[in-house]
Amino acid sequence: MLLGLQAATVRFGRRAVLDAVDLAVAEHEIVCVLGPSGSGKSTLLRAVAGLQQLDSGRVLLDGRDQTGVPVHRREIGLMFQDHQLFPQRDVAGNVGFGLRMHGSAKGERSARVGELLELVGLPGAGARAVAALSGGEQQRVALARALAPRPRLLMLDEPLGQLDRSLRERLVVELRELFGRLGTTVLAVTHDQGEAFALADRVVVMRDGRIAQSGTPLEVWQRPADAFVARFLGFENVVDARVDGEAAVTPWGKVPVPRDAPQGARTLLVRPAGVRLLPIDEGLRCRVAARTFKGTHVAVHLQPQDAPRLEAACPLRSAPEVGDEVGVEFDLADVVVLD
Amino acid sequence: MAVPVAFFAVFFAYPVAAIVRRGLKADGAWQFGRIVDVLGQTDIRHVLWFTTWQALASTALTLLIALPGAYVFARFDFPGRQVLRAVVTVPFVLPTVVVGTAFLALVGRGGLLDELWGVRLDTTVWAILLAHVFFNYAVVVRTVGGLWSQLDPRQEEAARMLGASPLTAWRKVTLPALAPAVAAAALMVFLFTFTSFGVVQILGGPTFSTLEVEIYRQTSEIFDLSTAAVLTIVQFLAVGAILAVHAWTVRRRETALKLVDASLTARRPRGAGQWALLAGVLATVALLLLLPLAVLVQRSLTAPGFGYYRALTDADGGTFLVAPINAIGTSLSYAAAATAIAVGVGGLAAAALTRRDAGRIVRGFDALLMLPLGVSAVTVGFGFLIALDEPPLDLRQSWILVPLAQALVGVPFVVRTMLPVLRAVDVRLREAAAVLGASPWRVWREVDLPMVRRALLVAAGFAFAVSLGEFGATVFIARPDNPTLPVAVARLLSRPGDLNYGQAMALSTILMVVCAVALLVLERLRTDRSGEF
Repeated sequence: MLLGLQAATVRFGRRAVLDAVDLAVAEHEIVCVLGPSGSGKSTLLRAVAGLQQLDSGRVLLDGRDQTGVPVHRREIGLMFQDHQLFPQRDVAGNVGFGLRMHGSAKGERSARVGELLELVGLPGAGARAVAALSGGEQQRVALARALAPRPRLLMLDEPLGQLDRSLRERLVVELRELFGRLGTTVLAVTHDQGEAFALADRVVVMRDGRIAQSGTPLEVWQRPADAFVARFLGFENVVDARVDGEAAVTPWGKVPVPRDAPQGARTLLVRPAGVRLLPIDEGLRCRVAARTFKGTHVAVHLQPQDAPRLEAACPLRSAPEVGDEVGVEFDLADVVVLD
Repeated sequence: MAVPVAFFAVFFAYPVAAIVRRGLKADGAWQFGRIVDVLGQTDIRHVLWFTTWQALASTALTLLIALPGAYVFARFDFPGRQVLRAVVTVPFVLPTVVVGTAFLALVGRGGLLDELWGVRLDTTVWAILLAHVFFNYAVVVRTVGGLWSQLDPRQEEAARMLGASPLTAWRKVTLPALAPAVAAAALMVFLFTFTSFGVVQILGGPTFSTLEVEIYRQTSEIFDLSTAAVLTIVQFLAVGAILAVHAWTVRRRETALKLVDASLTARRPRGAGQWALLAGVLATVALLLLLPLAVLVQRSLTAPGFGYYRALTDADGGTFLVAPINAIGTSLSYAAAATAIAVGVGGLAAAALTRRDAGRIVRGFDALLMLPLGVSAVTVGFGFLIALDEPPLDLRQSWILVPLAQALVGVPFVVRTMLPVLRAVDVRLREAAAVLGASPWRVWREVDLPMVRRALLVAAGFAFAVSLGEFGATVFIARPDNPTLPVAVARLLSRPGDLNYGQAMALSTILMVVCAVALLVLERLRTDRSGEF
């Protein structure tokens, strides 16, 4: 393992911001830590970088304990949330900074700077002032700066957080390609699941300083570990349920569950695609409270009587209007029993 | 951290303690009863009261007159601005005795105003207050204006968009950002006027006397050391209390400011109001700052054919062992050494104070660093004489003694100027550098230094200027064969006769020119290195 955290704990006052976190990142792996703000994901990065002291536990790099190793000797790259480019240096001065700190020769340095600017799509931008760069360009310079000293591990803190949507979507593809080509080991944190899923080999969901789930994007998406993870991923249809055989009793009535589902008191997730609309007199009776156009489909928000709201994904043409009354049934394929 | 602490322990705490011991310890026993005795005297209480209220009045008046100037120099772009910025700093570094004399020539008997309109102010407190404004105008313009020119104007614009009137926007956005700088400037002005010596000595006559003047009188005229020691303690405590309050208010307000390039914020004045403001500030500078200096120069030229200047090269005058002109070289080399010491010690202290993990004790040191400003220079000089002339530390014969005393006064300037800027540096920039492999020392050199270079130069300029003009302490310890400029001026002034008086004026003019040149070089240096202005 390239990076290992063992029971890493950080307390601010009495609150544990990192609560005995265990995490391992293999060489060439891209791991994305996903979590709402305040879940401790930035503190995790700072602890690995050495910017934040651990109250207990250890950080291992290449199997070596990093306790007592100062920030500048850890050979880790960190791209800050708002880039933190050095305002008084030009682009080349920023990108070459780490190389200079490691004492590389001038000619070698300028060659490497040119190579990196080429890599991030800013060839010949070395002499530009950082204040004159656009947000996307600053992001690229920050990336080049972090990559320049060839860090063992590259960490990204909300790498695309401040960029506009289309740029973000393009850059995330570029980043994944780039890291794949360079074989970079990456530990990124983000609150944006789309970003995490697009970038990562493995997603780690954090909640209140603990790891709630870890798995490939597909695993996490298909089988969220618990109600928190499911809700954080944007699923609304999460309820308490009692599973008995191949059906579960829920506020929405009886819902079919897979044959091998765990039994007893559970949390149930129905993905929006599994909420099927029927004529008014069949199934669970609901009123359409709202609908939002999602491009490929329409998200319809349904209000049953005396039960939590449901979200359904409907094809464009057959979506009901707000105020319509409809019936609802559930598709076994999109029902997940959590916990 | 260790270096500044040791420096202050040896060269400040030790001499001051020595003089207090000398004053209050008689026959091996402490005489604390003396404190009550001295404070019970009516004339001493009168001195205390006058010291306080004239300092308050001077501070208020200086802020009132200089804040518009700080704004104009920070935000307006006009021809000659750079030169004028340096010019307004010159009064600050002039020896107090010279300023006193210049004001006497302006508002005193037979002075310019007396000749023109028959107005005399030298028997009123106004002469003292005006001279204090003259001195401290630059403190406000430099401290407040320096920060003001780097504040992002868009912050104020954002407030305007949210419905704030120009005045409200200024009050709610700019003023809070400036508050620490204004407080720092006000504090400096208060300290200088509270401990004012030369000005009050000359313009105050028998009626007005500050603590510092009283300490000097007790020490060198009446030789009543115990009264002087008590007054020193009183001044020490008063200044300590003020500094504690100040440190508290500043710390409450400290926030990371978004600083921008100063050249982006200055623009040509627009509209009648702004032109009027600019004209008003320029008129103030001309009347209050340039006129006394002009009178000074005019007086130095009253002998035909630069007679007073030519007399300076003459060692046969009997006043000195060497020609007065040699004082220039002496002063410059002393001031350069003092600046190096002050910047080194002050820079280390400021860096230590900015560290995030700085504890209570270290932060308390922040306030302690200001104490040398508040303690009478006379005391420091006299303390040096008493404490550092015998083993373990015998520096009496060493030339370094004078720069050390001058550096002591310069360090607080360095710390005061650098601290606000250092604290405004985004801590994550330092972290970014550390992650890229920069050791703490490299982080300081690569991140902090470029951002504070401007402040560092300003600080060095202040330290240099203060050292050049330092009088109270130097007068005690400068060797007779190596007088500094202010000491030479004072010695010439103390002798009767037109020739001595004229030579003093000529030497003062030279000192003024040296300071002006030094400051102009500094401004030029700043342009080349950092691209600002």
